[in-house]
Amino acid sequence: MVRLLLGRLAGLVAVLVAISVMVFVIFNVIPGGDPALRLAGRHPTQQNIRQIRHDWGFDQPLYTQYFDMMNHLFIERDLISYQDQTPVLPAIRRGIPRTLSLAIGAALIWMIFGITIGVLSGLYQGRWLDRVLTVVALAGVSIPIFWLGAVMLYVLTYKYHSWPIFSWIPPGGYVPFTQDPAGWATHLFLPWITLAVVSIGFYARVVRNSLLDTRHQDYVRTAKAKGLSPSRVLVRHTLRTCLIPVVTLFGLDFGAVVGGTVILIEPIFGLEGVGQYAQESVAHLDLPPLMALTLYGAFFVVFFNMLADLTYLWLDPRSRTT
Amino acid sequence: MIDSPPVAAGGFRTALRRLRRNPAAIVSALVLLTIVFACFPGAPLWVSHACNHGPSDQNIQGTITENGHKVPVVKNDGTPIGPGLRACYLLGADSNGRDLFVRILYGGRISLEVGFISAIVCVTVALVLGILSAYAGGMTDSAISRLLDLIWSFPVYLLAVALATAFAVHGIAVGPIHVASTSLAIPIVVIAIVYVPYVARPIRGQVLSLRRMEFIEAAVASGAGPVKIMLAELLPNVASMALVFLTLIVATNILTEAALSFLGVGVPLLTPSWGNIIEQGYQTIVTAPWLTIAPGLAIMITVVSLNVLGDALRDALDPHARLRIRQ
Repeated sequence: MVRLLLGRLAGLVAVLVAISVMVFVIFNVIPGGDPALRLAGRHPTQQNIRQIRHDWGFDQPLYTQYFDMMNHLFIERDLISYQDQTPVLPAIRRGIPRTLSLAIGAALIWMIFGITIGVLSGLYQGRWLDRVLTVVALAGVSIPIFWLGAVMLYVLTYKYHSWPIFSWIPPGGYVPFTQDPAGWATHLFLPWITLAVVSIGFYARVVRNSLLDTRHQDYVRTAKAKGLSPSRVLVRHTLRTCLIPVVTLFGLDFGAVVGGTVILIEPIFGLEGVGQYAQESVAHLDLPPLMALTLYGAFFVVFFNMLADLTYLWLDPRSRTT
Repeated sequence: MIDSPPVAAGGFRTALRRLRRNPAAIVSALVLLTIVFACFPGAPLWVSHACNHGPSDQNIQGTITENGHKVPVVKNDGTPIGPGLRACYLLGADSNGRDLFVRILYGGRISLEVGFISAIVCVTVALVLGILSAYAGGMTDSAISRLLDLIWSFPVYLLAVALATAFAVHGIAVGPIHVASTSLAIPIVVIAIVYVPYVARPIRGQVLSLRRMEFIEAAVASGAGPVKIMLAELLPNVASMALVFLTLIVATNILTEAALSFLGVGVPLLTPSWGNIIEQGYQTIVTAPWLTIAPGLAIMITVVSLNVLGDALRDALDPHARLRIRQ
């Protein structure tokens, strides 16, 4: 187990190194991204540009520049952006609680609703809930998520905002949990729903199908034959196994949300988390923050994937022997 | 994945019969046909017969006659005309007086083109990499698998954004190949690259299980070389899986095009695509919500139909072809 864990951690580091090289190459080898021109301001002289190139180390060989950037990112931790010369790490640190608030809240909503609906529709297979679920799951994976957020924001906080049931929804922004827990929740309500809606249907379908598969397994029949109550068979024997694929899926998804999807949601709701920082850096073609943010995103993707694998080993006794 | 038997010869005919008995598949295929017809031959026909406004024609000063009254296309306060049952401005106008319906028809061309071509590129690359790595094994396999792992570890949107921003500045210039930064090839290539691992991995898995089957042994024994085995024996056996993936990937790609255009790194701004129309419409969502809502609905209807069709194809052709990409 320890050996497995160490192996996976080494793999994680290797992937991050490879990704950092890739991002660096993408931005440096392809022509046009010369940051010196941008740093020099509107009417630069040749001498100005040469000076900046020298000061920022753009005249060094590429590998020196790469190690320099990694040094500033991980060891000295004082990487600054090309665009406005502000430090990158404090901006990310400021964004992380916002992004995690968004992702964790949405994940809770989609897991609770997804599993409940999935189990119900598996138990009542073929009934109306089951049919509705198929449609909802399909719509969920087919809506452009940023569009859903934009339209919900418009309808609930502008068009029908005067309706008493919607008037408490604020039009975007973020309030820290430590300052005002109620305000934190109301401000995150719409982003949570937006992010959860696209997943609830899909998760419910996975739970449903997995439940239908496990219900007829031999060990479930044995449990029934032993005379256990139906609810005990369902919870201890059927559910435990049928949630395994959900755990793996969740690991992949949570990493992908924290490391990627937030870039589409945060700007809509003005949450100013890591995703919005990424979106702004993209708009300015700003390499240092994009480098840090890509590594941050990749870390989440790989880390949660690893976590999902380990949970799988723990949940499914069969997988440990092979 | 569990070893699955390859689809038997004549599988396509059986599959077609199964598809014909699936009402959801027929409805979604009809919807898709209608959309494709409306966008490709339909768009210029609409412009020449119903209303003489091209997708980029501005008409800020213009008026149209409605119920005997003259109505300005764009009011003095800058609010454009909304949707209504008429030949011109069926879905309303934007603040430059451009006809939204015509823009959605022409935007659909770009969105469908980008989605479809990038899906072809993606599935082709995935087929080559998947078959090659599973059949060759050894070093080739580990090299290709590591590369796929690497692309796969990138958060999809960040990788697409990083590639697209880098390319968008001065285009791509690799040796003799030169692509302008305004070319559609850039979003097509970017979107194709990021989804290759999602398709290549299951194909590799399938080929790994096919490789040990007797018909491959028979082909080797009869003196077929590796290229012949890959093309004549393995490729036909993963074709049904690839076809299912192709349908589902087109759906994903249309969503990705919209997302990238919304972030400003997708299709060049002056070319209307569904994503670009939303991006521009979103600036005035308060005064002219139809500019955001209508193109989004167009995306949703298209993507839902593609997903339904893809699911039906999977049920008919290859129940093991599972694909899941998170938005």
